[in-house]
Amino acid sequence: MTTVAEKLDARGLNCPLPILKTRKAINLISSGEILEVTSSDPGSVKDMAVFCEQTGNRLVSSNEANESYVFLIEKS
Amino acid sequence: MATTAENMHDNMQLDAWLDKRLDELLPKKLEEIETSKTPSMSIIATKGSLDWAYPPFILASTAAALGWDVDMFFTFYGLLLLKKDIDAEVSPLGNPAMPMKMPFGPQWFQDFDWPMPNLLMAGVPGFEKVATGLMKKTFRNKGVASVEELRGLCLEADVNMIACQMTVDVFGFDNSEFIPEVTDFVGATSFLPVARKSDVCLFI
Repeated sequence: MTTVAEKLDARGLNCPLPILKTRKAINLISSGEILEVTSSDPGSVKDMAVFCEQTGNRLVSSNEANESYVFLIEKS
Repeated sequence: MATTAENMHDNMQLDAWLDKRLDELLPKKLEEIETSKTPSMSIIATKGSLDWAYPPFILASTAAALGWDVDMFFTFYGLLLLKKDIDAEVSPLGNPAMPMKMPFGPQWFQDFDWPMPNLLMAGVPGFEKVATGLMKKTFRNKGVASVEELRGLCLEADVNMIACQMTVDVFGFDNSEFIPEVTDFVGATSFLPVARKSDVCLFI
């Protein structure tokens, strides 16, 4: 069971805001901690995967529920 | 004492061995250098209308979020994007690809692309104000950040903003009219070496 250190609600925001807010939220947590991001922008599914790959953080999971997308990111 | 022929033979063997070792080691070494390097981007922003204000700030803020080093050079009308208050407007006149849709009302009304004759766009006073208002509202409805917000996020992420000194002089601006975060007022000569070293360079 993963515990979430920080939550970010990026619903209603469009590209590139979900990624920019995710970057800011990641800066608030420590290495190994988990950030949970909720977004309503379908484009953020692919963007979040690339963001994590490029920044070296680990995308633990990426799920869709009730027209929103939930991402768990572990800070490197 | 070794003969010349023996020496040549030794050298050839050494070269062959070196070639083989380099082939083995170089790809890994180059990959290491590539992955440990911080990517960089340079943007030359030359346009000051509302529709053209978005791309440079969206790309710069996103690159900064990816951890890239970003430098922006604002020249000609792009310089207006560095003013304390961005009063960028948009004109559908001479902008034939711009969809003219309404950001309010029932869906069939919003989906309708209004035909706008040039005569109307050129002749009706205040048309640009209306078009600008509609674009801002559309963007807000869709959850897109305002230009000011994107610029703020760029600055927060340490994007370097550089102004073209020549344009400042030509347009009769004063340096105090610009945001204090402008790192430098320089010419193309100073910016091009920065652009040359960057991995991505865009002229917008």
